Amino acid sequence: MPLILTSRHAAHPDSGQVHPVPSEITPRALYATRRQWLRGAVLLGSGGLAASDWSSALAQTSAPASAATVTRPGKRSALPAVRSSVPGALAVDKLTSYEHITTYNNFYEFGTDKSDPAEYAHTLKTRPWTLSIEGEVGRPLKLGLDDLLKLGAMEERIYRLRCVEGWSMVIPWVGYSLSTLLQRAQPTSRAKFVEFISLADAQQMPGVRSSVLDWPYVEGLRIDEAMHPLTLMAFGLYGEVLPPQNGAPLRLVVPWKYGFKSAKSIVTVRLTEKPRPSSWMLANPREYGYYSNVNPTVDHPRWSQATERRIGEGGLFAPRKPTLMFNGYGAQVAQLYAGMDLRKFY
Amino acid sequence: MALSMANQWLLKPWGKPLLWAVAAVPAVALLVGALTDGLGANPAQTLIQETGEWALRWLWLTLLVTPLREMAALPALLRYRRTLGVTAFVYAVLHLLSYAWLDKGWVLDDIVADVFKRNFILVGMLTFLVMLPLALTSFNAAIRALGGRKWQLLHKLVYAVSLLGLLHFYLKKAAKNDVSEVMVYAVILALLLGWRVVRRGGILAMLRVR
Repeated sequence: MPLILTSRHAAHPDSGQVHPVPSEITPRALYATRRQWLRGAVLLGSGGLAASDWSSALAQTSAPASAATVTRPGKRSALPAVRSSVPGALAVDKLTSYEHITTYNNFYEFGTDKSDPAEYAHTLKTRPWTLSIEGEVGRPLKLGLDDLLKLGAMEERIYRLRCVEGWSMVIPWVGYSLSTLLQRAQPTSRAKFVEFISLADAQQMPGVRSSVLDWPYVEGLRIDEAMHPLTLMAFGLYGEVLPPQNGAPLRLVVPWKYGFKSAKSIVTVRLTEKPRPSSWMLANPREYGYYSNVNPTVDHPRWSQATERRIGEGGLFAPRKPTLMFNGYGAQVAQLYAGMDLRKFY
Repeated sequence: MALSMANQWLLKPWGKPLLWAVAAVPAVALLVGALTDGLGANPAQTLIQETGEWALRWLWLTLLVTPLREMAALPALLRYRRTLGVTAFVYAVLHLLSYAWLDKGWVLDDIVADVFKRNFILVGMLTFLVMLPLALTSFNAAIRALGGRKWQLLHKLVYAVSLLGLLHFYLKKAAKNDVSEVMVYAVILALLLGWRVVRRGGILAMLRVR
């Protein structure tokens, strides 16, 4: 599938972006007809006429595939996408503002304050960028950002994000399922876990000089969690490429787990037979477990996880809202944990 | 000559009202921020955190009075110590109220559960409780009623308050390994208390009323 870029992309003064030459830009007429063609395919699928996996997957949605709905803030290059058809991928909650999403978050590589990433992450160089997929795979891959952008169809996904600290947001991401990427590398039968390693370059990331965590930042998922269609490899938000403070150029988004599981600015994806402890588990094993599923009934040792504060909603005196099991994604993911004691495997 | 001039300035009648006005600045700034949506993405969190940190800052300033008096030969500084201490208490009250309101919605059961479940809340409450008798005896009639020696002995508790307050802050921040700021507070407190230990000749001597 070709990477769709508008002419606006080429003119955008974004730093750290290599702009495509005009010959690489898909003409507007071409990508417009592609959408028509997609819609047609969906109608066929929902009519029960097409039997291929691809069209039946699309047919799971009642709404036809349509262009992304959010209004671009105009801060970065456009990253066009169609609305996702993955069940559960389009939360109906009110979106958190672009301003809040991009100025209030944790990204310890740039400092421990939630305002630090927005302030310091401009030094992050996102091009060239290489992602290595290695370990228990039949076909180890080293992919450049352009290859990664073309590897799957970009989807808009509106996910709730619940931070372990007790606040939450609703974010319109752009990306495709991680499984699309993993399948390219042909995981072997020994691939039971997936490890995500973030960039740790003190030259670009001032926070890496501090000893607050063992660098690089490492996170991990069980292979079935990693292959779940909701597990997203995100390249953008609000219809534009990711700003550096949110984990550019590519990051993980696992909406039913606490935010820290969703590693940012990833350079290595390693499939393994055994799980490797994550950075937070090493830092504080009693407080952070491997799974870290959003769970209102299992408190963090230092605070309750029963409620959350939705950022930007209702002002100062808005009451906290109840936190939902699996962050409200139970219908899609609860079966992954059938029979497990989630108090023990927190 | 210059020092005694400074002492004379410190003794001016408008000195205390001026300090009260300065002490109110952070609270007013937070109030204005709260009313004008100027406290960032998570205003409740900002309010709780800022009032708590200001309580520590005023407390540290209170503890700075004695070393500064003796080192800089500014005996007149003494009259500001109680104002600074009461300011620290007022910010601690604001901190506790904003937690009870914005985080717990005044639900007493939730607060009580929080105290027994979480170390840092327990330590925070304890800090407040130890501070309470100091605040309640911070007016002239109380000093007269207690007598100077007893009053001074009671107010040695300020050292316990400072250590508990620091521990509360540390326990909160340690959850996300974010202790660099706590370390700054710890180093300053170590200097403030360390100066006393050295100057008085030991911890016991520091705790004795002279």
